[in-house]
Amino acid sequence: MELKEIILLKDGEIVLKGLNRSSFEDRLIRNAKQVLNGLGGFKFVKSQSTIVVKPFEGSDVDEAFERLKKLFGVISLTRACVAPKDFDEIAAYTKEYLKDVLPEYDTFKVNAKRSDKKFPMKSPEICAELGGILLDEFPHLTVDVNNPQVTVTVEIRDESAYIHTDATPGAGGIPVGTGGRAALLLSGGIDSPVAGYMMAKRGVELVGVHFESPPYTSERAKLKVIKLAEKLCDYSINVALFVVPFTRMQERIKESCPEELFTVIMRRYMMRVATKLAERQECGALITGESLGQVASQTLQAIKCTDIVSDLPILRPLIGMDKKEIIAIAQKIDTFETSILPYEDCCTVFTPKHPRTRPTLPVIEGAESYLEDAEALINECVENAELMILGAPGRRNNR
Amino acid sequence: MREAYLDNSATTAVLPEVAKEIYDSMITVYGNPSSLHKKGLEAELELSEARKKLAVCMDAPEECVYFSSGGSEGNNAAIYGLAEKRRRFKKIITSAYEHPSVMQALKRLEKQGFEIMEIAPGADGRISPTEVGRAVDRETAFVSIMMVNNELGTINDIAAIARVIKRKNPDVPLHTDAVQAFGKLKLNCSKLGAQVITVSGHKIHAPKGIGAMYIEKNFRLPPFVVGGGQQTGQRGGTEPVAMAKGLARAAEIAYGKLSENRAKVAELRNRLLDMLKDEPEVTVNSPDEALEYVVNISVTGIRSEIMLHHLESRGVYVSSGSACSKGAKSHVLAAMGFSQQRIDSAIRVSFSPLNTPEDVDLLVEGIKEGRKILMR
Repeated sequence: MELKEIILLKDGEIVLKGLNRSSFEDRLIRNAKQVLNGLGGFKFVKSQSTIVVKPFEGSDVDEAFERLKKLFGVISLTRACVAPKDFDEIAAYTKEYLKDVLPEYDTFKVNAKRSDKKFPMKSPEICAELGGILLDEFPHLTVDVNNPQVTVTVEIRDESAYIHTDATPGAGGIPVGTGGRAALLLSGGIDSPVAGYMMAKRGVELVGVHFESPPYTSERAKLKVIKLAEKLCDYSINVALFVVPFTRMQERIKESCPEELFTVIMRRYMMRVATKLAERQECGALITGESLGQVASQTLQAIKCTDIVSDLPILRPLIGMDKKEIIAIAQKIDTFETSILPYEDCCTVFTPKHPRTRPTLPVIEGAESYLEDAEALINECVENAELMILGAPGRRNNR
Repeated sequence: MREAYLDNSATTAVLPEVAKEIYDSMITVYGNPSSLHKKGLEAELELSEARKKLAVCMDAPEECVYFSSGGSEGNNAAIYGLAEKRRRFKKIITSAYEHPSVMQALKRLEKQGFEIMEIAPGADGRISPTEVGRAVDRETAFVSIMMVNNELGTINDIAAIARVIKRKNPDVPLHTDAVQAFGKLKLNCSKLGAQVITVSGHKIHAPKGIGAMYIEKNFRLPPFVVGGGQQTGQRGGTEPVAMAKGLARAAEIAYGKLSENRAKVAELRNRLLDMLKDEPEVTVNSPDEALEYVVNISVTGIRSEIMLHHLESRGVYVSSGSACSKGAKSHVLAAMGFSQQRIDSAIRVSFSPLNTPEDVDLLVEGIKEGRKILMR
């Protein structure tokens, strides 16, 4: 008996979409293909609210399943075994397929779904018969229909029968790319990757913008941000990353403007540069990892001062979250350990001792007027920004 | 004089390309990976490149791979670390034929109050998963069972052992000493079900003094060597960048030609067994389905050490038992329940893909000659 495994992806919110549904599903499949790149061949078949992923001979199903767990747009996923549509065969395949799984449980039930009504046995019959056979094969098991530890499901579909146990929760959300594109300000800290993850979950494709200040910041700090962007690719498929040389700008701000306003003014220039880069990549918004009141530049007054310099909406998915909640997500998406590597970043260079927490617009604008070459500096940043395209896991060499 | 080095489970010759890689790295990328400056970064990048390559060979995520000084450190780190992590539990389950670096560490733990339960191999030389499952209970601290036995070459089904442990008590971690399997079998670390896996470099044509450990993600094994927080605090001490590169290179070579090497070595083994088939007084101690790299035989009537030195005088190098026990009587063969006579006369022949059929011929001639001269 040759066991052939497939993966069933259950669409999440996509099913609620009306006429757009098919374009959402197509995008989901396109994303899945990118994510599975490098693991062998896979065929995708749309079937009601499920996408059936059929691996070709020799494809790495284990790794494919792991990667698909992170695919936005999938509410749950299941590995299943394909069996011929004949009850004896189904029973034999079930015994073989679950021989290492069922010993781990004490109670079970069988659940049958018969969408092919031509199949001679009705669902309750299948449940009863198969349940009996499994009890004979695995005598340690008992049936519990109300609260079983594991449910063995048999789906009789048009093409064949599928056998599986309980589904694994998927990443949820909607497929990346269906929500447009936005530029994420990526400092290298804990918050910004989490902000990117949250917007990717709502279908947004990410373009990262990182400001570096060599020689005050190191090559390691830059590599760290690249690594974070790569980790985000597990969820957001592709990330284009701009690395912007920002030293000159920071030095000029430091020379020209009052010290306590440095942070807010610097952030205003970051927003201006990011807006220009975002427009080049056809982004519809900026994303930051700001959380209200976390630091001096994240007060309502400071946010007002930075918002006004950009005509793009600025999305702040973490604005109402505590650090603890943010860290929990960072750990879940595996960016935390990288984020806490202790390298200086551009935000900590020239930090004032006592930054102004309640800046007002006239004061800030007045202070900025001393920076006469501002426009040239912004253009310099935009022109010299280095662009790299980071890909889905399959296209990276490491696992 | 023509020589035949057939003691590759003791150690191997370093491959020239591995040695060259190490030499070049030592004199060019000499920075400390922890230094903040460019020299440090260069070294860090080389180290992480080596880790990445090794991780691919071990089928593990790179962040689960840690460099160590070799098999004994890896095994000690695993045993003492697991004992510390699970100190509230008292029972440790192991096999009766582990490498001394596991056994001796366990002996020490026994003195500290742990109860050590040894499972004897079956007639096939393997540890039965069912018996391990029977032994695991609520009081079990951890299980340590080797993947390939160093004296017999028998292969244990670690995945099956991991499954039965999980079923009996999912909190019980499993360590496996995979030193003799590394480079010869696919380890599949991520899917094996073991939380800690030890490998070493010098059995696969890398130098002595470098090895690695796989530690399952988020498992948190208490570190054995503490120091400057290197390798995310899991193993203190400045990372041996050049040696790590050498290990990764040797592993890439071994895994690049895995099936080819196995076929070649199997041919050598079969040649040896064929030639000895009709030889009286020769018994093969390694079971048929053992890993082809190790063949343990007894020439009844001739003590191991005498045969070893006789072969040595003819340029053939084998070992009596394992090299680690320096000629002491084999606890492995004793665990198999072999007669004293058979144990006393056992020699271990261990191959590498560098061996040739002529090496086997030289060995067989030596054994035949030895029987004539030494048999009383």
